Amino acid sequence: MRTGVIARKVGMTRLFQEDGRHVPVTVLQLDNVQVVARREVDRDGYVAVQLGAGAAKPKNLTKPERGHFAKAEVEPKAQLVEFRVTEDALLDVGSEISADHYVVGQMVDVSGHTQGKGFAGAMKRWGFAGLRATHGVSVSHRSHGSTGQRQDPGKVFKNKKMAGHMGDRQRTQQNLEVVLTDADRGLIFIKGSVPGHKGTWLTVKDAMKVSRPAEAPYPAGLKAAATNNAAPAETPVQAEAPEAAENQEG
Amino acid sequence: MNLIQTIEAEQIAKLTADKKIPEFRPGDTLKVGVRVVEGERTRIQNYEGVCIARSNKGMGSNFTVRKMSFGEGVERVFPLYSPNVESIDVVRKGVVRRAKLYYLRGRTGKRARIAERRDNRPASEAAKG
Repeated sequence: MRTGVIARKVGMTRLFQEDGRHVPVTVLQLDNVQVVARREVDRDGYVAVQLGAGAAKPKNLTKPERGHFAKAEVEPKAQLVEFRVTEDALLDVGSEISADHYVVGQMVDVSGHTQGKGFAGAMKRWGFAGLRATHGVSVSHRSHGSTGQRQDPGKVFKNKKMAGHMGDRQRTQQNLEVVLTDADRGLIFIKGSVPGHKGTWLTVKDAMKVSRPAEAPYPAGLKAAATNNAAPAETPVQAEAPEAAENQEG
Repeated sequence: MNLIQTIEAEQIAKLTADKKIPEFRPGDTLKVGVRVVEGERTRIQNYEGVCIARSNKGMGSNFTVRKMSFGEGVERVFPLYSPNVESIDVVRKGVVRRAKLYYLRGRTGKRARIAERRDNRPASEAAKG
């Protein structure tokens, strides 16, 4: 199991294929996605990589956060997410993931928070039909109507669909196709829509229900020259670099 | 330009590299070469009619062409940058005072005429722009 990536939703556009078909795509951007920490079995009891993305101002971080980034010798990140990986897919701290991590035609799952709709009525939130426009209905044209029975059971059942807060919930869109990747700018073009508004942070993983294509780089598609780190991190990065190059060829 | 606009500008540059999109407005009569796939082979089918609307939104730009076909009005919306639109030729320029000529839908024959737009400037000036 490879790591996923953190991506920012840039917006939607369309692409024309050579044969004239057009594909609606969502553009996702990988913004300095680096490994900030590792979770290992003997210390943490499980295996994962912690990735960071974006940029945060050091003055807006807490002291422990600053210490965490300083230990990894990476720039402060706006977003931190852990991805469970198998032991052989563990990455070195500081290595940067490129958009080549995904290959064209691959299926991915994209998770994030959906657009918030605020306090919404039963018609919008659950698709209720509402009440009639005439025939004596007054004031309550968009109400939900009855919510239960009579003295028996004498209560409204739990989970009754009613008005309330809609949207802004964690949702995963499964099996979305990668149409194009642009490693120079760190862009992934995904067919169709993904949860959330523009600028939101999303996580992109290999599709759970479709096996990963063989040409996808394993353990990860890394940027060849991830060398914006200080001197002490130099050695592991160099050790990683030829390996990463091999992966990108394959 | 934001990133999406940059990407769209690149795509448009790529798609318009080998074909020229002429300047045209609503009211102009166009001949659109449409690529049609028939089983194995592809051919170009011409569709000629009056442009009654244009919508400019980057890669999503399109234009509507209306024509009378066997006494029946037919409208087709073409994506401006689609590879399926092989060519666009301006057959005749028209003078209209609306951006959307939806009023033509209710009209046929003489009532659906559009006056021709002529460039009265001297040739040297017209060549400039």
